[in-house]
Amino acid sequence: MGGMGMSDTLIEVKHLKKYFDVPSGQLHAVDDVSFKIEKKKTMGIVGESGCGKSTLGRTLIHLLESTDGSIFFEGRDVTRLNAKELNEFRHQVSIIFQDPYSSLNPRMTAEQMIAEALKITKRCKKDQIEEETRRIFDMVGLDRRFLKSYPHELDGGRRQRVGIGRALAINPKFIVCDEPVSALDVSIQAQILNLLMDLQEQVGLTYVFITHNMSVVRHISDNICVMYLGQLIETCPTKELFTTPLHPYTKALLSAIPSTDITKQKEQVLMKGELTSPINPVPGCRFYARCDHSCEKCLEPQSLQELLPEHFVSCCRARELNQL
Amino acid sequence: MSENNIFLKVRDLAVEYTSDGKVIHAVNGVSFSIDRGKTLALVGETGAGKTTIAKSILGILPDRAARIRKGQIYLDGTDLLKASENEMLKIRGRKISMVFQDPMTALNPIMKVGSQIAETIRIHDAVSKKEAKKKAADMLNLVGIPRNRYNNYPHEFSGGMKQRVIIAMALACRPELLLADEPTTALDVTIQAQVIKMIKDLRDQFNMALILITHDLGVVADIADDVAVVYAGEIVEYGSKEDIYLHPKHPYTKALFNAIPNLETDVDRLENIKGLPPDPAQLPEGCCFSPRCTYALEACTRAKSALATVENRHCCSCSRWKEIDGGNGHE
Repeated sequence: MGGMGMSDTLIEVKHLKKYFDVPSGQLHAVDDVSFKIEKKKTMGIVGESGCGKSTLGRTLIHLLESTDGSIFFEGRDVTRLNAKELNEFRHQVSIIFQDPYSSLNPRMTAEQMIAEALKITKRCKKDQIEEETRRIFDMVGLDRRFLKSYPHELDGGRRQRVGIGRALAINPKFIVCDEPVSALDVSIQAQILNLLMDLQEQVGLTYVFITHNMSVVRHISDNICVMYLGQLIETCPTKELFTTPLHPYTKALLSAIPSTDITKQKEQVLMKGELTSPINPVPGCRFYARCDHSCEKCLEPQSLQELLPEHFVSCCRARELNQL
Repeated sequence: MSENNIFLKVRDLAVEYTSDGKVIHAVNGVSFSIDRGKTLALVGETGAGKTTIAKSILGILPDRAARIRKGQIYLDGTDLLKASENEMLKIRGRKISMVFQDPMTALNPIMKVGSQIAETIRIHDAVSKKEAKKKAADMLNLVGIPRNRYNNYPHEFSGGMKQRVIIAMALACRPELLLADEPTTALDVTIQAQVIKMIKDLRDQFNMALILITHDLGVVADIADDVAVVYAGEIVEYGSKEDIYLHPKHPYTKALFNAIPNLETDVDRLENIKGLPPDPAQLPEGCCFSPRCTYALEACTRAKSALATVENRHCCSCSRWKEIDGGNGHE
């Protein structure tokens, strides 16, 4: 994708698939997804619940083993690493979870959780762990008086800061942020988003930012992938997605977001029906049943096409519908 | 609108909870009113007291822990706080209904959804089982669920459909007031758009008064007539949707708007509201927002100021709004 040199790419996935076996068949959680992320950039991944965005995030850092396809991290295929190499890879990637309540160990203090990550990676000497833990506390904006606090003694925003500190402790290059602000109030959400953006600049981090909140993703991402039932249906630079969405689903998704500007209330394109099942899907466009523009061609398998520079869409009618 | 026509009037309501010997001041002197067919949005963050206000109106505060310290709630002229439990049983479901946030836990998992709606109808209306069943199926149809799903169990529905079932149940007895507590927060945006559209249509069809509790300013812009901004159990700003969205006066309201990224404008950095909402067990002495307010003076931390009129019905509890704003009302 694109004309950027190889050296700018941190992670590239090609035809990535993650299927789960369920009693009624095979659940295609991630189905033939390809994209790449440049260093120090943020790739937003959006879609409705059940579209496979969290599974994609977890598969990217090999928390879940992929079913098929490849994940190139700095040019090396993660899916082919041996145990030792995989361990090294895992010291370079990290994840921040949505729910700061259940993703922290209730029986460890904030300090212990961050120190544990330092010990595991052997990133610093034993006698430096205390100092390094305090430095991370400062980085994520946690007052040192919370060093000995247990998760239940902290509010949601501070808990999420501990989660971010723990992710940073291993000094990663790449962090998957899985709905990191969805459980937080708006005033706290702004604090955490600003923190993540500051850290990206300071440390030179690369993010995958998974969310269902289109305003948040517009604010934080450089590029966006839109997913629908396991498939990547549109990807392009963030601004372009909001000005020139090409896929009918993306258009409907954007129009469904209620605007805070009461002077220009937009006409909503109400989407019919709900997400269908990703279990044993038929070939063809998965948005078929809900789409206002579906035709017979849509029942054939779809593939991503570059319709505008850096703007990929998987819809056989996109060119015609957008008069490109 | 004359005093007598006001359908629901809440005056100076204060509610406190007792927990571990601490007194938690959840709602502290809240007043508002709402007419038939209108929508009031209560906007604020977690713990601001929005849900407690709704539960007070419905009379479902937990008996032991909660105490209504003062205030009156008039529905059509009757003070609900003086009503007996028997009277309230007749009012709940028939005159006032509530939709809760989480559609996953609000339904009985071992009862068919149709029967759950029919049960509600049978409690309030003297109708035969057969009639109740027919009415329940009509309600399902009204919220966009095919009648043939009557015999399905909740686990056979998606989140959006469960929320529709809950709304069908809440509306089964044609309530005159609907309290909707974050009705779409657990739903995806495309489903949220469907549910909000449906609530709007039903409100207009039944001329129902609607109190919507939410923190989503986009949803409020879409559906509300009036907006009350709630902070630490107080209404800090109140007015029509236009007042609040086009001429916000209270520093908290302004900060709230600046803290959310939106789809229309680009900002490099979101404005933080520094610090955290106050602990309702230890509220600050003066203005509740003063510890986080960039405009706070020493006087703000010492004494509270009451809601004062900005223009018409638009009022704001900040003593400095004129100074901060350059003295203009809606100019």
